[in-house]
Amino acid sequence: MIRILRQIFRTGLVTEEVRGQEESNINVVGGRLEEIIKKRFRGSLAIRQVDAGSCNGCELEIHALNNPIYNCEQFGIHFTASPRFADMLLVTGPVTRNMEIALRRTYNATPTPKLVVAIGDCGCNGGIFGKSYASVGGIDKVIPVDAYIYGCPPAPAALLNGILKAIEGKKG
Amino acid sequence: MSLLKDAIISAIGEDARFSENYQYPSSVVFCTVPKARFADAAKTMKKAYALLAAEWASEETPWFGIFACYRWGAEYLIVKTITTMDDPTFPSLTKKFLPAYRFERQMHSLMGVIPEGHPDLRPWIKFEDWPQDAWPLRKSFDASKPMPFVKGEYKWARAEGEGVYEIPVGPVHAGIIEPGHFRFQAVGEQVINLEERLGYVHKGIEKLFESMKWEDGYRLAGRVSGDTTVAHSLAYCIALESMSGFVPSARASWLRAIFLERERIANHLGDIGAICNDAAFAFMLYQLMRLKEAMLRANAELFGHRFMMDKVIPGGVAVDIDEYGQGKILSELNMLEKDFEKLVTIYDENPSLEDRVKNTGVLSPEKARELCAVGLVARASGLNLDCRIFHPFPPYDQYDRIELGVPVLITGDVHARTWVRVQEIRESIRIIRWFIENLPEGNIIGTVALPSSEKAGFAAVEGWRGEIIYWLQSGPAGEINRCMVRDPSSVNWLGLEQALPGNIVPDFPLCNKSFNQSYSGHDL
Repeated sequence: MIRILRQIFRTGLVTEEVRGQEESNINVVGGRLEEIIKKRFRGSLAIRQVDAGSCNGCELEIHALNNPIYNCEQFGIHFTASPRFADMLLVTGPVTRNMEIALRRTYNATPTPKLVVAIGDCGCNGGIFGKSYASVGGIDKVIPVDAYIYGCPPAPAALLNGILKAIEGKKG
Repeated sequence: MSLLKDAIISAIGEDARFSENYQYPSSVVFCTVPKARFADAAKTMKKAYALLAAEWASEETPWFGIFACYRWGAEYLIVKTITTMDDPTFPSLTKKFLPAYRFERQMHSLMGVIPEGHPDLRPWIKFEDWPQDAWPLRKSFDASKPMPFVKGEYKWARAEGEGVYEIPVGPVHAGIIEPGHFRFQAVGEQVINLEERLGYVHKGIEKLFESMKWEDGYRLAGRVSGDTTVAHSLAYCIALESMSGFVPSARASWLRAIFLERERIANHLGDIGAICNDAAFAFMLYQLMRLKEAMLRANAELFGHRFMMDKVIPGGVAVDIDEYGQGKILSELNMLEKDFEKLVTIYDENPSLEDRVKNTGVLSPEKARELCAVGLVARASGLNLDCRIFHPFPPYDQYDRIELGVPVLITGDVHARTWVRVQEIRESIRIIRWFIENLPEGNIIGTVALPSSEKAGFAAVEGWRGEIIYWLQSGPAGEINRCMVRDPSSVNWLGLEQALPGNIVPDFPLCNKSFNQSYSGHDL
């Protein structure tokens, strides 16, 4: 136990402020996201992540949002286990033919009003996989999409910026 | 000198024809046998203690080639047989080698060849709502058109009796993971059977390769399984380079090895954390994710991408490393090692964690061998396999200078799979240091000649999950006729099915995480 406590104190706080970095053009200060989530979502934005066919690269970066460096919970963002509690779906793609029905069902199981964010080049437009017998293409071919986050895969800061863009765009 | 070749010669005799100048690199033995002797060859291989590494089909109009690749120690041997379009049957190898069970279901579903004597020809990867006659890997199939949905039903394995119930899970899971379906038959808390059903992320990758140019394929290979992007593009590049006998410069090879080991460390760190997290020890997850993030950021700074995607290219690598970068990696490794060792001590001294990870999800050495498991799953279950030792590319071929240690444990439980990862991180840290300190000078890129017509290339690369195999075949016009991808997940998913019965349902996430197989790499 003493080792655990010692390691915790030695590590200290590693969470960083999110600045507008990398491929995103919106200038984000950490507070901005928090402010809007407070105002529009009563302080908590529940996200359900759906992998509709990605290569799992995007999943790694979405995972990274939860690491102590980005610590997305500080802004009121948390990932739920079920679409039933979700305000937002983060969907990675391309949508495979074999996931098309499951994606539709997940979308229908999410209560309205809801936001859908397409993640990664493949989620936005099918990327390298394009359209074929097995791949339907981007997320918007199957369900309506509110915001797009490009990148292969998009870095965690770009994801946060994209989420911000999505909730800023939606009024009320 | 090849023991497997000798075994085939003595058992099959003149029926086995060995081809020169077809399969590259020439260290991989290639022979063709008549259809009737295909299963005999498998029997011979079984007797020679070889394991089945992969089985696949390729359309070579006007017939289908059926291929089985066997591995014994450092030797690879590919046996091919031919079957016609009118009668696309071949003898099933399932009774000799268990992994053939999935390989053949997949070949049957996607190529429409029929393994005779196979006990279970339910579609695999192909879903019941695909048209029956949709065989995407056939040349006559138009891959650009969407397929109509048809009605059909998948028949699940069922257990019956008092108190038996069924739990369906997925394809959309509770965590941030890939989609797949698991069906448990359970009595009380105890799982009596687990059946996997995968294929949800089938993106038609193998078919897509056939419409690509040789020099672009590495990008697609790098997206077969995003977490293994370096190892997959590397395997593609080595297979392609082998076809024209191209040897990358020493510096390029060494940089490839550095990328590969960095990918291994980053993924293992995340996995160990996630395993502990699934045993309700979140402390480890956050600590290790912090270390992983530091590595990814260093990757972005030094190599231009957090996962080093598209940095291994045909002919060499896309990015070099300077003095500053070398110093940065060395100082980062020192920091990493210091913190990591402290965390390993905490892992090792925590009795409540030990209670969860020991004797949980046991894959016995006998079963692992029977399933021809690969990679860290195999090493946690007593199989001494590692392509870095047995099928090395430079710099790994300098055994006596690197002295790479391969951890092998025999308990086959969650702890063993975690501990193999711990040991591998230690080894990777050590050898990256050595690579950096001895990094040769020179170019990082050369020109690879495109393959001539009707040749085949092969590569086996030890990614962080295990052995990745790429088999490339050029067609009559020198185009890509077939690119067979065998991710370690194609075999190791069977291991999870075998390891789970007897465990309690709530331990499934823990067991699953300790295997951590790729859905995308399996579904292709």
